[in-house]
Amino acid sequence: MMGALLRRLGQTVFVLFGISALVFMVFFATPGADPTARIAGRNASAQVMEKVRREYGFDRSLPVQYATMMKKLFITRDLASYVDRGELVVPEIARAAPVTASLVCGAAVIWVVASIIMGTLAAAMKDTWVDRGLMMLGLVGISMPVFWLGQVTNLVTQSRYHDTWLFSWVPGLGYVPFGESPLGWFRALVIPWIVLAVMFIGIYSRVLRADLVALSGEDFMRTARAKGLSPVRILLWHGVRMSMITFVSLFGLDFAQLVGGGALLTEVVFGLPGVGHLTYQALNNLDLPVIMACVMYSAVFVVIANAVVDVIHVFLDPRMRDAR
Amino acid sequence: MAGMASSPPPGPWRQAIRALGRNRSAMIALATLLLVTLACLLAPLYARDVARTDPFVSNVAGSVMLDGREVDIMQPNDNPLHLGLSPIGPTWRASYLLGADSQGRDLASRLLYGGRNSLLISSCAAVLCLVLAATTGIIAGFSGGIVDAVLSRMMDIMWAVPVYLFAISLSIVTVSHGLVLGPFVVRADSLFIPVFIIALVYMPYAARPIRGRVMALRGAEFVTAARCLGVPRWRIVLRDILPNVTTTLVMLGPLLMALSLLAESALSFLSLGVQAPAASWGTIIQDGEGLIYTRPMVAVAPGLAIVVVVLALNILGDGLRDALDVRDAGRRSS
Repeated sequence: MMGALLRRLGQTVFVLFGISALVFMVFFATPGADPTARIAGRNASAQVMEKVRREYGFDRSLPVQYATMMKKLFITRDLASYVDRGELVVPEIARAAPVTASLVCGAAVIWVVASIIMGTLAAAMKDTWVDRGLMMLGLVGISMPVFWLGQVTNLVTQSRYHDTWLFSWVPGLGYVPFGESPLGWFRALVIPWIVLAVMFIGIYSRVLRADLVALSGEDFMRTARAKGLSPVRILLWHGVRMSMITFVSLFGLDFAQLVGGGALLTEVVFGLPGVGHLTYQALNNLDLPVIMACVMYSAVFVVIANAVVDVIHVFLDPRMRDAR
Repeated sequence: MAGMASSPPPGPWRQAIRALGRNRSAMIALATLLLVTLACLLAPLYARDVARTDPFVSNVAGSVMLDGREVDIMQPNDNPLHLGLSPIGPTWRASYLLGADSQGRDLASRLLYGGRNSLLISSCAAVLCLVLAATTGIIAGFSGGIVDAVLSRMMDIMWAVPVYLFAISLSIVTVSHGLVLGPFVVRADSLFIPVFIIALVYMPYAARPIRGRVMALRGAEFVTAARCLGVPRWRIVLRDILPNVTTTLVMLGPLLMALSLLAESALSFLSLGVQAPAASWGTIIQDGEGLIYTRPMVAVAPGLAIVVVVLALNILGDGLRDALDVRDAGRRSS
């Protein structure tokens, strides 16, 4: 057990190094243009260029540049935007993080509940029109670009049907902090939650159904049937519980990726000032330090979250302890 | 299947094609894809002979004949809250069938031209991704040991970066200055840049199942037999491994194209994919963002096109998976 955890820790450290090196290389070693010009922004003066070059060590070797960048990001945390007149990047990310967290957590609750209901129902009614209909619905959900779905939802709830009883409660686009007004927070986020959840409901319900169908041929399911347990009890108690192993590992990965910036498009369409929105604004200004910091922080977050999920797995599933 | 002894049983490919042919939804999906592709290929004809406009030239001052009346393309707003002019809505006639975009260009023609780029980029990205993934997956799976460990860890690291963020990062550094790969210079507005980026970003996703398949094949008896006969490694890879991986590749193809199409539209929506004046479904959705409450058709129509194509690709992918999974088919019929 201790060995498995230690090995996992070693892997995490290795992946953390690898991922930071990868992101660093993408931004500063992509063949094409001088990174100094990219950081300084458009039409920077010669003095600014010189300052950037010295500050980031672009006149020195790549490993030194990498070390400088890591120090500025995680130790001194004084990475500043040149486009936005020296705004410090790291505190900005810290301010935006709660918005992203609110968005993703709410969506996660919706997609987990909805996909468990849909997947179980489809598996229980396998090969009927209910099954086919639900699975087709899931496929449609997977096939929609999330930013487009958001626009269409805005069109319906903000404009076309806003004056009907159904959507008159929907507030204008934007975010309300939970501390300011819990109800306002909820109302501002319900629609974005649903839109973000749609794709994942599609993926998870399909995975769950496939899992349940595959499980129904297993010995322990046959034993349960032979014991005379009711089909509902077999499906819920033996089937769904067993499928949760796949479900949880999938969930850990997706959840971390979303918090780490995967929700960018949803935040942009609904005007939620989260980390993704910050990245988007930086994209429009070509504000490279901000983009890089966002990507770096999210990548690090994803790696750490994955490690945590794995550790939880080791505790939950005894088989994982001696595996490899 | 009660086999008649008279003729040899059909080969696995023919069997798979037959199984796919019996799958009605997969056939409908395939027909839809062919129709959309054909329509997009005919875009120049449509623009010249049906719509009679140039979909790449701004036409803000123009007008169009409707039922013998001349109607301005840019019209005063019917909503008193919105000032200024808004483009003409759907006419449901030959010209301006779906209305105009904010620059007075025919939306239907632009949709067809945009589809060309969207389909071209997503299919090329899917193919390139498969080539990259097959190379890495086969090398990793067949070599095993330290090579496999290094390649697999590299894939893990790439896959840990959120896909869209990774694509955005790569795009933002190439979108302003292009890409210089040794002697090759790729211009910033080249379609090759989104193709390459999307292929690279999804490579780990496709390489993992290929590597798994190769690992399983490496221990197979016919590979061991070939080894014992002293067949060189490259020959084993080409003659024994590769043909057995093709089913996995074919199965992944439509699914990767669906993912690529979604990724392309997202990048273009963020102005990081296809660059103006060229269009893709993603850029048209972005054009329509500002008009969403007045002329929703501009954003809704390309989105519907994306949904239809991606849905068809996903259904086709599912059908291929069912048709090609020989072991599974055997279990079902027994």
